[in-house]
Amino acid sequence: MRKISLSNLDKAFALIAENAKLYIPVDGKGGASFKLWQEGVKMSDALNTVRSAKDFFFPQMETLMEFKTEGKNIEIIDNRQEKEDFVVFGVRACDVKSFEILDRVFLSEPVDSYYASRREKGVIVSLACGRPSETCFCKTFGIDAANPAGDITAWKTETDLYLLANTEKGEKLLSAISSITEDCDGKAVEEQKKQISAIMEKLPLSNVTTEKFGAGKTKEYFDSPAWDELSSHCLGCGTCTFVCPTCQCYDIKDFKTNEGVQRFRCWDSCMYSDFTLMAHGNSRASQKERFRQRFMHKLVYYPDNNDGMFSCVGCGRCLTKCPISMNIVKVMKTLGGKEND
Amino acid sequence: MINETLIPKLGVITEIRQDTPDIKTFRVVSPEGKKLFEHRPGQCAMLSIPGIGEAMFSITSSPTNTEYMEFSIKKCGCVTTWLHAAEPGQNVTVRGPYGNPFPVDDVFAGKDLLFVAGGVGLAPLRSVINYCRHYRDRYGKIDIVYGSRSKDDLLDYQEIINEWATDSGVNVHLTIDREQEGWDGHVGFVPNYVKELGFDTNKIAVLCGPPIMIKFTLEGLRSLGFEKTQVYTTLELRMKCGVGKCGRCNVGSKYVCKDGPVFRFDELDELPNEY
Ligand SMILES: Cc1cc2nc3c(=O)[nH]c(=O)nc-3n(C[C@H](O)[C@H](O)[C@H](O)COP(=O)(O)OP(=O)(O)OC[C@H]3O[C@@H](n4cnc5c(N)ncnc54)[C@H](O)[C@@H]3O)c2cc1C
Ligand code: SF4
Ligand code: SF4
Ligand code: FES
Repeated sequence: MRKISLSNLDKAFALIAENAKLYIPVDGKGGASFKLWQEGVKMSDALNTVRSAKDFFFPQMETLMEFKTEGKNIEIIDNRQEKEDFVVFGVRACDVKSFEILDRVFLSEPVDSYYASRREKGVIVSLACGRPSETCFCKTFGIDAANPAGDITAWKTETDLYLLANTEKGEKLLSAISSITEDCDGKAVEEQKKQISAIMEKLPLSNVTTEKFGAGKTKEYFDSPAWDELSSHCLGCGTCTFVCPTCQCYDIKDFKTNEGVQRFRCWDSCMYSDFTLMAHGNSRASQKERFRQRFMHKLVYYPDNNDGMFSCVGCGRCLTKCPISMNIVKVMKTLGGKEND
Repeated sequence: MINETLIPKLGVITEIRQDTPDIKTFRVVSPEGKKLFEHRPGQCAMLSIPGIGEAMFSITSSPTNTEYMEFSIKKCGCVTTWLHAAEPGQNVTVRGPYGNPFPVDDVFAGKDLLFVAGGVGLAPLRSVINYCRHYRDRYGKIDIVYGSRSKDDLLDYQEIINEWATDSGVNVHLTIDREQEGWDGHVGFVPNYVKELGFDTNKIAVLCGPPIMIKFTLEGLRSLGFEKTQVYTTLELRMKCGVGKCGRCNVGSKYVCKDGPVFRFDELDELPNEY
């Protein structure tokens, strides 16, 4: 394990930024967000960013290819490019886990080359959560806020930043800043881990369990009468899907430019009424059905297809952002029954 | 750069056949005049005109056709209307093949087969039917029940009359919804016709067509004694990616683009009723 004094952190950032684009969480008007590091940019102390870190690998909008058309002719232009090296610093445990969930979608055959090329170039430095909040329930999904994954795991104390490489990519990055870091024992880190675990135990959502959910539960929950009540106020605004680190639905659209046609992909939401609209009808005609889809996907369908892994990391974003205060915890408590309360 | 399924291949429309008032069949090859890619019966492909859009269609030609692919396309929206106005020589983009095919080489092998189609639902079945006709000795008796609104709405009519109906061991049963001048064949809806024909149950049945036709035909077959494990169909949901990633076409845990579009009715029973 290495450590660096917080007073030297800017130097470390500068060293990293020499070879790669470096993004760190920065405070802003609406909360924290990942920004490109430059001289003078200070790291946020906020627990997490408003938007998740999925943008780095699955951006809200990206061009897939271009076309030129003339008369009856079409030219297909594959303008995919090698991505640049980049480092994302300060990703929380829940969001790091979300990459694993997205990987299972985008890196399964046929591999999504756009996502894969960013995954290949990106280095993740995670940051343990010193002060988890009342909307956090990562523990429900087996995630340890005190010991996040990633290429490097970092722990921040009052005075120092402790760094531990978990992968080859992480080793490489650590060696790039070795001149300003020093070897250390992990005592301070062990201390912090204990503190974090103690906080986690006391969080209001610490008793939410996944026990009642997972693979093979479609029949049990699909026709539950609870969906009517749960979805009755949902506005179908899609906010929960956009802030969610594990939501991955997308649309593909064409855009005519002066030079030709750009085919781009953008985030879409299963909460939208036109998501499944077809000429002969809509397979999810009401908001109840769309609402049910989102939560059944996270709690049952995704586990069905992914060895029981859930498609929620308990980041709590949907808890804080839904305009009608509906969220996955309420769904789990209502469907799962009393034991889940 | 690794291969990317979302980036299509270039195709050229070499022939357009007006099949019915609202369905045209398009023959597509590569710019070099070759078949674009291999497929299995029942698989689909994404066709697109850049700037207009992309849409999924069954590959209606048989895999045994080594020269080209065909798509029978019903005019109903942006891409399809645009294609209906196109002329031979028009470029299109094509990607695929997508989805699971019919189990023609194992489950279907050695069995009597019953194909039931309504309207444009013949498009996916034509590929299977012609595959089975090509390897005629691998299959038993073949019955084809096909119906449309009117005689003019019957897809692939010439091929059905001149080729399918003249094959030995292939029985074609055509029907149209209402009486029409110049039609001396059967009149009536497909599900009723299937019941009237009263097939023995020692066979595999495949149904393709509008949801209402599928529903009543299945009921009819059940009353004749067919088990759900003997009956196949295809599902059609809104699609974008074709590879189980855009999250659009799932029914429960199954993605129609990747795990379908071919399903057996007992498999559908395991899924929520959301299609
Ligand atoms: C697996 C599969 C196989 C298909 N095979 C054939 C075929 O062989 N021949 C054929 O003519 N059609 C087929 N279709 C249907 C075809 O994909 C749609 O009709 C498609 O929307 C037409 O595109 P468009 O741009 O003309 O319509 P759009 O302009 O996109 O839409 C017109 C209307 O169709 C709706 N729509 C969008 N997607 C679909 C869809 N997948 N199915 C139905 N309606 C949709 C839109 O919401 C709108 O109401 C198939 C669909 C699937 C999923
Ligand atoms: S469903 Fe809510 S709590 Fe779970 S990962 Fe998505 S935004 Fe976070
Ligand atoms: S659950 Fe809340 S955030 Fe999600 S679509 Fe409904 S109203 Fe919007
Ligand atoms: S079309 Fe994208 S998941 Fe099926």
